[in-house]
Amino acid sequence: MTPATAAPPPLPSPHPWAPVPFEVRERAAETVDTVTLSLAPPDGGVPPLAFRPGQFNMLYLYGIGEVAISLSGDPGRADRFVHTVRAAGKITQALQRVGLHATVGVRGPYGGGWPVEAARGQDVVLVGGGIGFAPLRPVLYELLHHRDRYGRLEVIYGARTPKDLLYYEEIQGWRARPDLRFQSTVDTAGREWHGDVGVVTTRLPECRFDPPRTIAFLCGPEIMMKRTAEALLARGIPPDRIWVALERNMKCALGICGHCQFGPEFICRDGPVFRYDTVDRFLSVREL
Amino acid sequence: MDGAERRVGERYLLERREFPAFLAALSASGYRVVGPTLRDGAIVYGEIRTESDLPIGWTDRQEAGTYRVVPRGDGALFGYAVGPHSWKKYLFPSRERLWSARAKEGSAGGFEVEPEPAGADPPLAFLGVRACELAAIAIQDRAFTMANDVAYLRRRERILRVAVQCGVAGGTCFCVSMGTGPAAAGGFDLALTELIAPEHHRFLIEVGSPAGAKVLTGVPLAAAPADSAREAEEVVARTARSMGRSMRVEGIRDLLVQNPEHPRWNDVARRCLACTNCTMACPTCFCQTSEEVPELAGGRVERWRRWDSCFTTGFSELHGTAIRKSHLGRYRQWMTHKLATWYDQFGSSGCVGCGRCITWCPVGIDLTVEVEAIRSSPGVRPSEPSPP
Repeated sequence: MTPATAAPPPLPSPHPWAPVPFEVRERAAETVDTVTLSLAPPDGGVPPLAFRPGQFNMLYLYGIGEVAISLSGDPGRADRFVHTVRAAGKITQALQRVGLHATVGVRGPYGGGWPVEAARGQDVVLVGGGIGFAPLRPVLYELLHHRDRYGRLEVIYGARTPKDLLYYEEIQGWRARPDLRFQSTVDTAGREWHGDVGVVTTRLPECRFDPPRTIAFLCGPEIMMKRTAEALLARGIPPDRIWVALERNMKCALGICGHCQFGPEFICRDGPVFRYDTVDRFLSVREL
Repeated sequence: MDGAERRVGERYLLERREFPAFLAALSASGYRVVGPTLRDGAIVYGEIRTESDLPIGWTDRQEAGTYRVVPRGDGALFGYAVGPHSWKKYLFPSRERLWSARAKEGSAGGFEVEPEPAGADPPLAFLGVRACELAAIAIQDRAFTMANDVAYLRRRERILRVAVQCGVAGGTCFCVSMGTGPAAAGGFDLALTELIAPEHHRFLIEVGSPAGAKVLTGVPLAAAPADSAREAEEVVARTARSMGRSMRVEGIRDLLVQNPEHPRWNDVARRCLACTNCTMACPTCFCQTSEEVPELAGGRVERWRRWDSCFTTGFSELHGTAIRKSHLGRYRQWMTHKLATWYDQFGSSGCVGCGRCITWCPVGIDLTVEVEAIRSSPGVRPSEPSPP
């Protein structure tokens, strides 16, 4: 398995650290603490907004600061950057409150991405946990744009509660498709919930794939990815066919601030997507 | 030889009494000269306007957690090891504005990034760069070049490096182990060896670049006889023999990467104060953070970067909580990065053996001792493969 091919370069900017002003074109409150923003240049003056699934941007609010957020939109649409942001810190909280036509600064895209082309002709398993499903959504769009290029397609998406499920309407559409099995599950639910309850690994036995011809992309909390990878290994998927997205504090996204180091890797530059067998030993070390 | 052209690779002799002429030539060539000065009981880097700004006749005594300046009893200009400062304070200032922006009417949160003001400071001549520091500059060059850090690179290409071959080793020095010194074999524009005999005080100057040769035009120099070159070699050879510390580096990358659970990390974590001194004093540590600095009136913001340290709680903060909550996690990150994963990232160690982190640690933690403790009882699990 080879890593992803070259990713598109970052937007041109007067300074490598300086954001480019974008306009909020659409805004969707996904849950009580998560919003999806569609961003485009205010005057259309920026070249096509190409990105690879798995890449991220630095989003900036004037007078507040900057934060790394994955792209969660359709890579087939080069007229916007779509980001799904969960309130976790000061800046992500402020991003919940930006309105239509407000300005959000953007620099990026950064990082490599999911090796989607390596999935050609293969069965594909996507497993997302919480906000970790957002960086997988571009993969799903890409696979569905060219559905005939891939084998079986299994998607598992876990959230804490039914109220935390992102992309609710869209999920109904995916669940209804005959050429895709989309399973969603929640950790806890009230009695009104008709769906599955349990961590994502409880849905794996339902999945059908041919292990040596399968690629798996996992994104979510580290413990979720580790347990899922172990379950997939037990099903016979080779460790070099499992890919995970890692997350650490990021200040620069340029490979120089040092914050995102994970063992020998700079997550911003060498990741955020890694082949599981290159990082699994570090995933089990506390406080790395 | 006055007024004669100086050639790269040649060696010349400068009499001690002519040293002011050398300083004057640096200034006349357009450089602002910075180098060692004595301030607040330590030898630190600052402006050198005349030779009396140098710590003439002083040396330093260094041990783990200890630094004292004491008189040498002679008139040496460079008779000491490295102090708490490193040249990164000029190449990678501890605080630097990255960009600024003005609020723009018409949309909530609108802004416009301002063009950076033109105009540049005069180029700097670093006077008294030691071999380990040349190696440290080369290491930071790799990190900032890989990140295409234009501000660093712009400053870097305007530096004249006047090296000094070390005549004394500090008590915490181990450059011989790291292969970075004490002899500066290259990477300088000029290299001085101070030759002090009771009756004769001179400098042997080796020319390393055309820029260095140009500075020397007009400086009163004599051709260097072969015996002065041998004398200079003996100066650094003596320094090499008197290193205060050593570190075994064979296999160190795998040793540390494969031992993240070694009990020694617990031991050092109980002593470490997480004060960040080692990272501030280290000439290769490049970690940094960026901060939003809004003007009170709200019409303008500046974005600044400043040195950061992997020893702070906030360094690893993600979603409001620190990944590295304990001193164990932070010390392990620092030492493993410096001595091990640096090879993966930049193809060399991140350590040059200057000893600053040992001297300036308030509790005297000595990384050469910590490495040896892990080496003496490595807890490598044999089933674990070496990482890629």
